[in-house]
Amino acid sequence: MNAPVANKVTQLSIWRALNAALRDAMAADPTVFLMGEDITSWGTGGGIYGVTRKLVDEFGPERVRNTPISEEVIISAGVGAAMRGSRPIVEIMYSDFILLGMDAVINQAAKARYMFGGQFSVPMVLRTNQGSGMGKAGQHSQCLETLYAHIPGLEVITPGTSDDAYGLLRSAVDSPNPTIFLEHKALYNERGPVTYEKIPIGKAKIAREGKDITVVATQMQLHRALAAAERLVAEGIEIEVVDPRTIAPLDTNTIIASVEKTKRLLVVHEAHQLFGWGAEVVCQVIEGCGSALRSPPRRLGGKHAPVSYAEAMEQAVMPSVDEIIAAVKASVGR
Amino acid sequence: MDLATQGVEALRMMSVIREFEARLPAFSEAGLIRGSTHPSVGMEAVAVGVSMNLQPQDAIASNHRGHAHCIARGADLGKTLAEIFGRSDGYCRGHGGSMHLGVKELGILGTNGVVGAGIGLATGSALSAKLRGVNEVSVVYFGDGATNQGILAESLNLAAIWSLPVVFVCENNQYAQSTPLKSTVKEQRLTLRGEAYGVPSYDVDGMDVAAVYQLARDVVERARSGGGPSMILAECYRYLGHMAADTEIYRQKAEVESWKNRDPIATFAIRLREGGFLDDAKFTALQKDVTAAVDAAEAFAKAAAMPTADQAMQHVIAAE
Repeated sequence: MNAPVANKVTQLSIWRALNAALRDAMAADPTVFLMGEDITSWGTGGGIYGVTRKLVDEFGPERVRNTPISEEVIISAGVGAAMRGSRPIVEIMYSDFILLGMDAVINQAAKARYMFGGQFSVPMVLRTNQGSGMGKAGQHSQCLETLYAHIPGLEVITPGTSDDAYGLLRSAVDSPNPTIFLEHKALYNERGPVTYEKIPIGKAKIAREGKDITVVATQMQLHRALAAAERLVAEGIEIEVVDPRTIAPLDTNTIIASVEKTKRLLVVHEAHQLFGWGAEVVCQVIEGCGSALRSPPRRLGGKHAPVSYAEAMEQAVMPSVDEIIAAVKASVGR
Repeated sequence: MDLATQGVEALRMMSVIREFEARLPAFSEAGLIRGSTHPSVGMEAVAVGVSMNLQPQDAIASNHRGHAHCIARGADLGKTLAEIFGRSDGYCRGHGGSMHLGVKELGILGTNGVVGAGIGLATGSALSAKLRGVNEVSVVYFGDGATNQGILAESLNLAAIWSLPVVFVCENNQYAQSTPLKSTVKEQRLTLRGEAYGVPSYDVDGMDVAAVYQLARDVVERARSGGGPSMILAECYRYLGHMAADTEIYRQKAEVESWKNRDPIATFAIRLREGGFLDDAKFTALQKDVTAAVDAAEAFAKAAAMPTADQAMQHVIAAE
C-alpha cells in the first residue's frame, strides 16, 4: 500500500513526520497497533508530545490504546503480542520510564529469538522521547541509548531529522527485531523535508561534507555539530558531519570511510561520555583505520552528572556548540 | 471431567510427567544437565487439568519449573529432554535449556528464568488474540513466589479493564524457593489479589486433576467466549527440592510425607479403579507405555548431537 502522500516532499516538524509514519504504518499493516499512556487523550488528542495525534479517530480505540500507568506490563504485553503475530508500537511517555519495564526489554524481547533457537520474532517498536533542554531535569531528560546498544538482539534508533524520523520509524515497524526508537524531545518542533521513503536501519548519513575532520553526532548534537560547521567555515575549517542515525547496528563502514578521507575524528553525543557509545566509535575507528589518523581521536559527551533543572546547569552538562568548536580546533591543530 | 472418556488420559499424562521429571536429578548428577533444573514431581495435576481444556491455537507462558506445562501442552518428550540436555535436536537448538524452553508451533511462549515474567507475556498474547480477532486463549502458570512481583498486579488490572482472554494459573506449592508463603504474605487469601482488580479468582485443590479440570474448563470457556480473564489458585506441593543440591532445611520430612498422602496420581488411580474405569491390566499397560515413552525420549536425547561453538552466534538477531 502506498503512503497517502507518497512521492511528494513536504516540510514537516519531526513530531508531524512521526505522526505521518504511524498513520502510514497502521494503514499499511492491520497487525500494527499502538499503546501507551495518555496517547489518545492529551492536548489535542495525541500523547505527551502529540506524536499520536488524532490516530484514535482514524483507527479506533482497539488499535490505538490508552493504557494505565503500568510500564512493566505495557512493555511486557508488547513483547507477548509481538511473539504471537502482532506488530505493537509501544509508547513510553519518557525514556526514563522504560527502566520500570527493563526485564521485558533486556531479558524477554532481546533474547526471545536467541533463547528459543530462532523460532520466535519480536517485531515490537518501543518508542519514547529522550534528551534534555526543556527543564525536565533528572528523571525526564536522560539519553540512555548506550544501555540498549550494549544488549545483543536490540536495534537502537536515534533520528535527528524529520525525514529520518519518518523513514526510520517505518523501517522499525517492518523490522522483525525489537527496536528501541528514541526521539529527542527538544527536537519535536524542528522542521525539515520529508520524502516519505523508508530508510534502512543501520545506514549512516553524511549530513554535511567536509575534508578536515569527521564529526559523528546524533539528534541535538547533530544540529549543534552542523551549527559548529557553519561557524567554522569562516576560519577555513571544513567539518564532515556523519549521523549514524542508528546506534545498533552501527554503520562503522561509513564512519571509517569518512575518517579515511578526513584523517581526524570527533564523536559528540548527549549521552554520558563515560562508557558512552562515542568510546565505541573511537575504538572501532582505531581498529579499522587507526593508521590513517593524524591526531588522536576525541569524544565529547554529556558530563558525568544527572541532568539538572536550572537552565545554566542543565546546559552545562551537555556538549555546546562552543565546546564542539573547541574540540574540533584542538583536533585540527588550530 | 468425564472419568470414563478422559480419566485414563489424564492419568497417563500425569504419569508421563512424573516419570520424566523424576529422572532429572540423576541426569543432573551424571552431568547430562548443566545449570539449574526444577522438576515438578507432585505438581502434575495442575498442568494436566488445565491443558486438557486448551485447543491447538491457544498459547501458554510458563516459568522456571515448566517442563510439566510444556509436556501437558503436547511437547515432544524427546525434543524437550534434548533441550534440557542442551542438544542441537532440542526445541531451541541448545540455546535455551530447561529455563528457556519455547515451542512456537504449540504456542508455548517459553518457560522463563525470571519469576513472574511470563505473566506479562501471556497478557500480551491475549491482547494480540483480541486484536487479531481470533478465538485464542492464553494461559500463564506462575508460582506463589510470583504473586509478590509487581507484574502480576499490573497484568491483572490490564487484563481486567481490556477483558483479555487470559487465564492466570498460580501453582501455590507453598515455597518460593526456600521461603514459605506465610512469611511473605500477610493476607493469605490470594484470590483477593485477583478480586481486587476485578478478575474472578478461585481456589482449587491442585492435587486433584479432576477438580482442576472442572475449574479450568469454566474459566477457559469464559475467556474464549469473550468473558475476560480469571485466576486459579491451585494448592499443591513439590516433592523434590527446588533444584539439585537443595538441602531442604526449610521444611520437615513429615510435611513432605503428608502431602504425598494426597498424591495426585495415586489418588486419581484409586478413583478410576473405584469407578470401574481402570483395572489391573489397564494400569499395568499404562505404566509400561509411560516407561517406554520416557525411555525413548531419554535414548533420543542422549543420542542427539551436541551444538558446536560456531553455532553460538546464530539467531541473535534477524537479518533485515
